[in-house]
Amino acid sequence: MTNKMQIAVVDRRDFVLGATAAGLITALSVGAAHAEVIPTLEEAMKTAVGDAKPSEGKVTLKLPEIAENGNTVPFSVSVESPMTADNYVKAVHIFAKGNPRPDVASFMFTPASGKAEVTSRMRLGQTQDVIALAEMSDGKVYMGKRTVKVTIGGCGG
Amino acid sequence: MAKPRVKVPKTAKAGDIVLIKTLITHKMDTGLLKDKKTGEIIPQHIINSFQATYNGATVFSATPHAAISANPYIAFNVKVDKTGDLEMVWKDNKGKTWSAKKTITVN
Repeated sequence: MTNKMQIAVVDRRDFVLGATAAGLITALSVGAAHAEVIPTLEEAMKTAVGDAKPSEGKVTLKLPEIAENGNTVPFSVSVESPMTADNYVKAVHIFAKGNPRPDVASFMFTPASGKAEVTSRMRLGQTQDVIALAEMSDGKVYMGKRTVKVTIGGCGG
Repeated sequence: MAKPRVKVPKTAKAGDIVLIKTLITHKMDTGLLKDKKTGEIIPQHIINSFQATYNGATVFSATPHAAISANPYIAFNVKVDKTGDLEMVWKDNKGKTWSAKKTITVN
């Protein structure tokens, strides 16, 4: 521990900065040890829908304005579509940018679904925007967004 | 451990869009939390696939990630034209599979 030797000579501010940096490096190396690649929101969205540019509209994302418990936040997504064999919603992808991992779930529909609507429950780590991307059978992508205030985060402590 | 629970209407009229509600008991461990006693990270253990077929044809499927709450609840719709079996299959990332089957009678 050469750090300890230096404390005597560096002033407090430098020490605090140094300690923070050392902490960060430890945190990073711990992350690397698990060799897990966590995608960014942009990467996760690209994996889901490719390079398609999402347009606004058609997607209704229902979420509580304030979620008291981030462990179970009910949500429902519906997409306007006739759901016929040549015009239907292929998939809906849900993302939460402020979570440790941005991808929440993907739901795949067929014309036999009748309606492009799904209800489930998600975890939200903090107050953030939840994004829904709807992929249509003609390749178009629509986006819906809602802000949720989270009182108690749902990712443990 | 887990037994899926599903709510499926027994009867429907031809062309009806019916709501199917499903729930399965599963911890949905995110892989981010540490065991408080040992300090070890609890490995990710989640339901990562759900599929519903009606008379053998896929009607709806889902890929939940770790952000889906414990005991995943999924509600979706199916358009029924004729009597048939709705089969639902859940899979987790450790290779375990659960299934449920219900008949919808169209009259």
